[in-house]
Amino acid sequence: MKIYAVTVLIAFAALSYGCNTKGSVSGKNLSGAGASFPFPAYSKWAYEYHQKTNIQINYQSVGSGAGIAQIKKKTVDFGASDKPLKVEELDKHGLMQFPMLMGGVVVVFNIPGIKTGELKLTPEIISGIFSCKVKKWNDHEIVKINPTLKLPDEEINTIHRADGSGTTWIFTNYLSKVSPVWKKNTGTGKAVSWPCGIGGKGNEGVAANIKKIKNSIGYVEYAYSLQNSIPFTLIRNKSGKFVKPSSSSFQAAAANAEWEKTPGFRVVLTDQNGEDSWPITGATFILIHRVQPDKGKIKALTSYFKWCYENGGESAKKLHYVPMPSKVVRLVEKQWKTLTVK
Amino acid sequence: MPKIKSDKIFHSITALSGIFILTVLAGIFIILIISSFQSFSRFGFGFLFSADWNPVQGNFGAASSIFGTLVSTVIALLIALPLSIMIALFLVEYSPPILSTSVGFAIELLAAIPSIVYGMWGLFVLAPFLEKNIIPAFQNIKFLWFVFGGKVIGGQGVFTAGVILSVMIIPYITSVMRDVFKMVNPVLKESGFGMGATRWEVTRDITLVASLRGLVGATFLGLGRAVGETMAVTFVIGNGHNFTTEIFREGNTIASTLANDFGEAADQPLFYGVLMELALILFAITIIMQLASNWWIQRIAKKSGALN
Repeated sequence: MKIYAVTVLIAFAALSYGCNTKGSVSGKNLSGAGASFPFPAYSKWAYEYHQKTNIQINYQSVGSGAGIAQIKKKTVDFGASDKPLKVEELDKHGLMQFPMLMGGVVVVFNIPGIKTGELKLTPEIISGIFSCKVKKWNDHEIVKINPTLKLPDEEINTIHRADGSGTTWIFTNYLSKVSPVWKKNTGTGKAVSWPCGIGGKGNEGVAANIKKIKNSIGYVEYAYSLQNSIPFTLIRNKSGKFVKPSSSSFQAAAANAEWEKTPGFRVVLTDQNGEDSWPITGATFILIHRVQPDKGKIKALTSYFKWCYENGGESAKKLHYVPMPSKVVRLVEKQWKTLTVK
Repeated sequence: MPKIKSDKIFHSITALSGIFILTVLAGIFIILIISSFQSFSRFGFGFLFSADWNPVQGNFGAASSIFGTLVSTVIALLIALPLSIMIALFLVEYSPPILSTSVGFAIELLAAIPSIVYGMWGLFVLAPFLEKNIIPAFQNIKFLWFVFGGKVIGGQGVFTAGVILSVMIIPYITSVMRDVFKMVNPVLKESGFGMGATRWEVTRDITLVASLRGLVGATFLGLGRAVGETMAVTFVIGNGHNFTTEIFREGNTIASTLANDFGEAADQPLFYGVLMELALILFAITIIMQLASNWWIQRIAKKSGALN
């Protein structure tokens, strides 16, 4: 029996040693987890910040939901989510939320002979296609606004995300705003009950399917349509103008939002006013605890995010994200002053 | 004395290893039960039979996932089982030794390919191929519209998942069958030949009959692997939550649903519970299959005791 005990003890010692070394998040290094949508930018920033300050930022792209769960459990220093949390939820868990980057979701398609930016769609047609009511590409509604295009007499193959994602949340939030029928039947969510179509895993999965399947339509984050050179559509915005997705049309959507008046910066940038606004724009958010364990942690967090706002813009733009307007940054920095120590 | 001491140490190490694996299994089971409590108290046993899947409204049912899992597995077995038996018979009975070694090696290599590679191959090669060459032929069988009908997108659906699963389980079934065929008592076969039976007659009436036990074992091994396969299936099954008997349409399996929805469900207690309950169901399906195969093998062992 003695030998049993000794072996068990050794095993426990080994286990607890392993946990101790792994669990330490002390010092200036920071850990974060969450949204995959901004991951390319966040990992670039982490690299650049480490080069400059020798401080390590460890960001795991595990999905917004897991990021929110982890920051609530305090297993990370910051969480990241594409879906802004409601103020009640922030209050309940003592969290502070602020926007870090913006980006756009674009509608992409594969119709032989039609190039990027040539196909125009209205909100009604998009919701019609994704609820499977508009079935063919030569549907008279589509032909009416695209009189010069040669649209095929083929069935539309719709492709959506298979995994839960912030991109889907932004897209379905847009559809719910522009179509009461969509709102009633399907609604807004990171995963929804799609009336039809097949699901691809991740932005890259949807992109791969669109490229491969003729007469298909889907939605991806803007950068993926550029990187994979998949044609995107123009979309008619709230002001009735057909706009092209680009950094400037994303920025236009953000400029018209009322950041000051919205508690928790819970601004959803879909279907915004403004002639140049891209209708399916979204922001991605950072979550931190309002009460931090010590002053050092507050300093480490705020100096990192301050650096991101001030120096991260260039590399974010290269990855086709849009940095936050300086007016918003000032509001966020003001809110950081309310962070307290236990 | 030292000999006894070392014996004791070794004894405790082996015992600990045994206890360890039992603890892990029990731990997984208990955690799954606790975590799925929320979902179970909300939906009860109706969860198993409801085809609802609406994360926005919080209505969930496992029927489409369970059905997709079973259908894709059955398709996989229908393709893999006859093929594997043929391959194994060829390797043992018919092929020259050099060919037998190299084909055998190639089959075993199939088992070593990571499932993500199968998934990519399925998405980029197999699904378009099936859509163009195989599926249209079936869709012409109009009176079976409820099996072969429906709109096909990119060849992705339950059938394609079944085909890819069949390729993945062929090496498992084949290698077991090969060993089983090798173990058939040569005296039995020789007496068959001695009575003037042809090679085919010996194969049919002696080798196959004597190998029935092994065949069931091999089938369940393949089944176990197919039921839980995740990555390759997620790539080609189309990931739709509709409950349908149309095998060329998009569907989902328990494993693919878990892979897709876990990341974003973590902060929604009900959704999380639902996924945990799905995992529990998958766990139960594998256990039931294991028990059924044990029972079946024992039954057959009693019946065909004379042959072995």
